[in-house]
Amino acid sequence: MTDHATSPVTWHAWLTTTSPESRRQAKLGQLYRQWLAFRKNPAAVVGLVIVLALLLLAAFAPLIAQHDPLAQALDQRLLAPSAKHWFGTDALGRDIFSRVVYGTRVTLVIVMLVVITVGPLGLLIGCAAGYFGGWVDTVLMRITDVFLAFPRLVLALAFVAALGPGLENAVIAIAFTAWPPYARVARAETMIIRNADYISAMRLQGASQMRIVLKHVVPMCVPSLIVRTTYDMAGIIIIAAGLGFLGLGAQPPIPEWGAMISTGREQIFDQWWVATFPGIAICVVALGFNLLGDGLRDVLDAR
Amino acid sequence: MSTNSAINVDKLNVSFGDSHVVKDLSFAVEPGESYGIVGESGSGKSTVLRVLAGLNRDWSGEVDILGKRQPKIRDKAFYRAVQMVFQDPYGSLHPKKTVDDTLAEPLAIHGIRDAETKISRALQDVGLPASFRFRYPHQLSGGQRQRVAIARALVLEPTILLLDEPTSALDVSIQAEVLNLLQALRHERKLTYILVSHDLAVVGHMCERLLVMQFGRGVEEMTAATLAARAPQTAYAQQLLTASEGFRRAG
Repeated sequence: MTDHATSPVTWHAWLTTTSPESRRQAKLGQLYRQWLAFRKNPAAVVGLVIVLALLLLAAFAPLIAQHDPLAQALDQRLLAPSAKHWFGTDALGRDIFSRVVYGTRVTLVIVMLVVITVGPLGLLIGCAAGYFGGWVDTVLMRITDVFLAFPRLVLALAFVAALGPGLENAVIAIAFTAWPPYARVARAETMIIRNADYISAMRLQGASQMRIVLKHVVPMCVPSLIVRTTYDMAGIIIIAAGLGFLGLGAQPPIPEWGAMISTGREQIFDQWWVATFPGIAICVVALGFNLLGDGLRDVLDAR
Repeated sequence: MSTNSAINVDKLNVSFGDSHVVKDLSFAVEPGESYGIVGESGSGKSTVLRVLAGLNRDWSGEVDILGKRQPKIRDKAFYRAVQMVFQDPYGSLHPKKTVDDTLAEPLAIHGIRDAETKISRALQDVGLPASFRFRYPHQLSGGQRQRVAIARALVLEPTILLLDEPTSALDVSIQAEVLNLLQALRHERKLTYILVSHDLAVVGHMCERLLVMQFGRGVEEMTAATLAARAPQTAYAQQLLTASEGFRRAG
């Protein structure tokens, strides 16, 4: 009894203490304070729940979906939503609910691959340009401008057209078109902090340029990039779906949401469910990432 | 002027584009001395300090520190001998690093071992309790932050400490504490100080000799005794002294 009553209190006290006893406690305390601030924003919590639900759906897709997402049953084409097929079936008799659930995996793979390539790339280019200035800045930023000059979807289309349709190529194309705004954000942040006294102090301690950029400038840019990334997730999902819709992304029979909408287009007036449910899925997930981004911005960018 | 000065500056000139902010400045500081540079905002005093620290590279003239002619780009050994404390303790500590990180970094850069004991000693030396070691700067007051900044400068055990208005961003009550700490550290470790300030009272308290600067030139060099006796030679130094005494009732 006493254990139950006291342990949450002591955890709270341990995490919020003003005199932590170790590096780990200080770090965890900082995270905990951010979580407390994050929790105060209900919309952000909704966003977090949606994103967590997406992760769980992807992880447990085989347990949640009652049908094989690829199994065709031509005698059960275009059935309306029912107890057996919650979201109905498509033109090849595949269960749409199962396909939507498995589609979370495809979406997450695309988003994760894009983020792990784009984040570090944009961060390094932006920080280097901002910190070193001069010709480094000019060269890097003009390259960035070239990429920014094209609308993202059009550029991604051009890349996919050149590389050939497919999931991997869609990821590469999206990554190629997504990094310039990250570089811009990182550069702007870096230019603000490069003349700060704490950076001068590092120079005065004999730190190498590399060390200053990687250990002292980058950590200051990461929060705004995390926020930017979360906002961008929605855009990435939509571009991926757009490429899928145009037949340039994931190829059939992979259950990709954009491609599913595309195949449902022919039946949109008679069998509305074929295109509607993947559309709702895209909408909800994009919304979830956006709300999460809002919440993270309030917590991480607060100075 | 002796040949074995800790710092010897000869005909230093600094320009930023068209504005010539330091003009033909020469002075020398003896080892173990505390030397003040006083002047109004824009007199070039902080610029001199940044040149000495190697942060400003657009200068001409001759700078000798610890008997070595200094190039524009300093080597790592230089930074073990010369350190600096900045004016604004709110801007001079990395907001995402704990006190521990801040103090461990210079030791890591110079590959100094035994960081653990060095960090706790540094905290002790500047009068911060060990419980502050894992705090972030936002959990510290201005005075505490400045103590951390001083600890960071001292952890490399330099012989010369450059102080850029170390107390002007602090409350009056905290100012005295930090100044006394700096005095005590100097006597303990036989440090050489260059203190830049606009506050004659601070410089009078801290320094044995001082240089008055105006528009980038050295106007007058005097001893603390001259300052205490209110007997500067030049009109500008006289004026600065009167101004520092503030409002005087007429009659």
